[in-house]
Amino acid sequence: MVVDRDSSLLKSIDWFTILLYILLLAGGWISVCGASYDFGAIDLLSFDSRSGKQLLWIACSCGLGFVLLMLEERLYETLTNVVYVAMMVLLIVTIVIAPDTKGSHSWLILGPVSLQPAEFAKFATALCVARYMNSYGFNIQRWKNFATAVGLVVLPMFLIIAQRETGSALVYTSFFLMFYREGMPGSILFSGISAVLYFVIGLRYQNDFFLHDSTPIGRFCVLLMILVFSVGMIKNYCNNSKLFWQLLGFGLGATVLAVMFAQWSIPFDITFIQLGIVVIVIGSLCYWGLRERMQHYFFIALFAFVSLGFHYSTDYVMSNVMEPHQRTRINVLLGIEEDLAGAGYNVNQSKIAIGSGGIWGKGFLNGTQTKLKYVPEQDTDFIFCTVGEEEGFVGASTVLFLFLTLILRLLVLAERQPTKFGRVYGYSVLSIFFFHVFINVGMVLGLTPVIGIPLPFFSYGGSSLWGFTILLFIFLRIDAERGKLK
Amino acid sequence: MKDFNLEKRKYILAGAMVSIVLLYVLRLFSLQILSDDYKKNAESNAFLNQIQYPSRGVIYDRNGNLLVYNQPSYDIMVIMREVHDLDTLDFCNSLGIDKEFFISRMKIIKNRNMNPGYSQYTQQLFMDQLSVEESSVFQEKLHNYSGFYLQKRSIRQYATHHAAHVLGDVAEVSKGDMEEDDYYKSGDYIGKLGVERSYEKELRGEKGVQVLLRDAHGLIKGHYMDGQYDKMPVPGKNLTLTLDMELQALGERLMEGKIGSIVAIEPETGEILCMVSAPNYDPSLMVGRKRGKNHLLLSKDEWKPLLNRSIMGQYPPGSTFKTSQALTFLQEGVITPETAYPCYHGFVFRGLRVGCHGHASPLSLVPAIATSCNGYFCWGLYNMLGARQKYGNVQTAMTTWKDYMVSMGFGYKLGVDLPGEKRGMIPNAQFYDKAYKNDWSGLTVISISIGQGEVTLTPLQIANLGATIANRGTFITPHVVKSIEGQELDSLYTTPRRTLVDRQYYDVVVRGMRSAVQGGTCKAANVSWAEICGKTGTAQNRGHDHSVFMGFAPMNNPKIAIAVYVENGGFGATYGVPIGTLMMEQYLNGKLSAASEAQANSFQQRRISYGSGSR
Repeated sequence: MVVDRDSSLLKSIDWFTILLYILLLAGGWISVCGASYDFGAIDLLSFDSRSGKQLLWIACSCGLGFVLLMLEERLYETLTNVVYVAMMVLLIVTIVIAPDTKGSHSWLILGPVSLQPAEFAKFATALCVARYMNSYGFNIQRWKNFATAVGLVVLPMFLIIAQRETGSALVYTSFFLMFYREGMPGSILFSGISAVLYFVIGLRYQNDFFLHDSTPIGRFCVLLMILVFSVGMIKNYCNNSKLFWQLLGFGLGATVLAVMFAQWSIPFDITFIQLGIVVIVIGSLCYWGLRERMQHYFFIALFAFVSLGFHYSTDYVMSNVMEPHQRTRINVLLGIEEDLAGAGYNVNQSKIAIGSGGIWGKGFLNGTQTKLKYVPEQDTDFIFCTVGEEEGFVGASTVLFLFLTLILRLLVLAERQPTKFGRVYGYSVLSIFFFHVFINVGMVLGLTPVIGIPLPFFSYGGSSLWGFTILLFIFLRIDAERGKLK
Repeated sequence: MKDFNLEKRKYILAGAMVSIVLLYVLRLFSLQILSDDYKKNAESNAFLNQIQYPSRGVIYDRNGNLLVYNQPSYDIMVIMREVHDLDTLDFCNSLGIDKEFFISRMKIIKNRNMNPGYSQYTQQLFMDQLSVEESSVFQEKLHNYSGFYLQKRSIRQYATHHAAHVLGDVAEVSKGDMEEDDYYKSGDYIGKLGVERSYEKELRGEKGVQVLLRDAHGLIKGHYMDGQYDKMPVPGKNLTLTLDMELQALGERLMEGKIGSIVAIEPETGEILCMVSAPNYDPSLMVGRKRGKNHLLLSKDEWKPLLNRSIMGQYPPGSTFKTSQALTFLQEGVITPETAYPCYHGFVFRGLRVGCHGHASPLSLVPAIATSCNGYFCWGLYNMLGARQKYGNVQTAMTTWKDYMVSMGFGYKLGVDLPGEKRGMIPNAQFYDKAYKNDWSGLTVISISIGQGEVTLTPLQIANLGATIANRGTFITPHVVKSIEGQELDSLYTTPRRTLVDRQYYDVVVRGMRSAVQGGTCKAANVSWAEICGKTGTAQNRGHDHSVFMGFAPMNNPKIAIAVYVENGGFGATYGVPIGTLMMEQYLNGKLSAASEAQANSFQQRRISYGSGSR
């Protein structure tokens, strides 16, 4: 039996994913060597060096992966709740007992080893959410069910925020991609993305004016977006194209007239006109909602109203909710502040390091920017700089495509799961990977805010490497069982 | 149960992920391939190009005496981060500066607008070009001043007080220098005047560089690629000048208190034996930190001592020019050596009168040169420009005349290896057509035949005329550099140039010049130790006449040709002839006789009173 099980396991394991995993580990180790290598110190394998230690972590995670594959698949499902609760307790304990490292309280120090429980909470959460959503009678359309699922995700998120690791906490928003796949209304995702757009554009251009310095460009764009999004929703959800064309024509026409008037006659702040237009749109939506007795109109009106509220309260959020260093990071990312020696330094230096790589890069261990410590956190959060500098455009895009292939492969695997448990877990894993790559590489390229989260398999450190390995191999184990349950 | 509406969402998610990765790849493409800025930025970030300064070539005179060499000097550098517990008062005392200077200097260093390369981790220039003496106290106490360092540079030192105009000087490069040649970086030195400028490329050598790796704190981490890209500095080449410093010194002595120039040339080689421009200055004034102040003082001096009159002064050559006229007329057949013209106290014709002094009349060419007869040369030019049968019109005749002048090195820069040479003025037909609206004749322009009117030459051109006559019709472009270490001289300074006049006519003019010494205007040059040939000039100008002498010696196998020009010195015989003779004696005999020494002393004392007008 044992032999039988093993041989069938060998056949049913997705070796392609394991190949990708090994390739990424290898690339990661090369990059850690490049980033931590100092002139003179040649012994990359010594356990005193970062590269040597990373090799040890890699060996451990390979062993860990093997063990995870050997365990019974049923074990994961049964132990899920215990693991989740244990992890939450560990997160709470960590808040209390973890020493202060650079302002965060997320590291548990056990003798020579430091662990970051937040990295391990991901797979626990993913398993738990998957099991809950797999339970009989779960329906995401039902408000209570959905709220519970979200609650399971939000709990570790808050605990990690309490550890002052905002970056790691934000990773949990990636579960919403999985929720979307599982039937969460698209409007929720759309609202979230809209909120990010309002925030970014509103802040980025809040101090730029046009129409003879009368109108702030940021607010103008945001109000225009609110108008277009709201009116666009009418066409999408209410099937009332007459109203759609009426409101769109009215809104855009009035805006154009106001722009022309301010441009050629008397300059004035036309965002007040735009605000009026949106209010009129909200009013007419309420009227049609009452007339047609259709909820959708009210939801759209609510969307427009909340959007307005969100935009007008951004300033308040920025100055009262955000921490100063986050405020600065956002300002720098949006190009409002240009402080190349301060917060903008990291991003600027990382762009310089990547840009200096050219097509083919400077070669293994030949990067100057990363090694001479111009790039901060060169072997952890900014590891992708080393790839860009030493391996060039070719190497960096290869790494990106490897990640894309892995994520798409996981998507294929997730879609072929016979159980909802497997699919939800699979989507959670691929969403987490995607979020890490999206934010980390985006940050290094200066496209997303500087949020300190590691690049899977590349960034130096045992905790994150093991965290990702566990996430991946539990899914591979679940996937290997798919045939049995059909 | 499969919800196909939800199935579709996997494509939306996959599509979004693919687009984001593609967006990132595009961003990589623009950062790494399209833009060059980041690469440059990275280099200035990580590479510290430490410049290794080569030693500048030294300069010798023709006899191998060292004239210009390098002396160590010190720049005081400071690393702001390392400065602590500084006893400012003691620090200032040991440097001889006051506290205000110290404070303002530190402020300037820290001001990134005025000092763009500022970093508190790297060496910043606190004071530059301190001599060994100036820095000695400081050096002893250096250990008390943490963060301060001495960096060795070198400055020019002069072993002579003479020939400042030829030697020139070096100074920090200007913005213009850096734009013209990207070899130069801020803080480098460049030759500003004299041979320091014209032989800058030879003297400066090649800077070396050490490519060092520097980390984000400015700390040096070693040589890039183990020094593969390092370059050793190439020392500058040494120069040997053509100047005879004893002759130069005598010339400067004789010209004390006068304005003017002496240029002596070795006819056979075109080597300039001395180039005196008076007033002059001590070249060591232009060294180190005092250069700025001294340069300003000199440039404000109304006698303009910075002007090298030997090549920048454009003077009427006066009667010395008549030799060139004689040669032209002879070659063109306007006159023969036997042709005689009348002179009744001058050239009097159709109401025009060019005065002359008393001498026999009519007279032929040799006595005309000897007595410097104005009438003779006026008739010559009148007949040349009026020779319709030969030239057709006056314009063609004028053009022919001009070609002769140009062939003798007039009207254009001779091409001496010094910066700032002027070309002088030789009018041509177009010039007069324009000036007189095509209505002119030989009579209109008659004064050019006696070296007046529109004609001007530099003293160098006059001396070169002497050298050409001494050589009987050829000259090598005059130059001040005799040899460059390990390099051939430019062929311009080794190739003879021929004038349009045949050797036989030169012989006639030489006879005239010899006769001027034996019994004409240059009698003072009739000495026993050499057969001197000479020609005086008394150049009219708005003030007192200029005293000019052009000559060479010995008559056969000439060793030295000379031009002396003393502004407002009166007759050529007053200053020009005796000074020229003393110079020849010094050069040919190697010393002055006792009588000549006394005469030299008396000339050294003589002053010409110049008005306060700007010149």
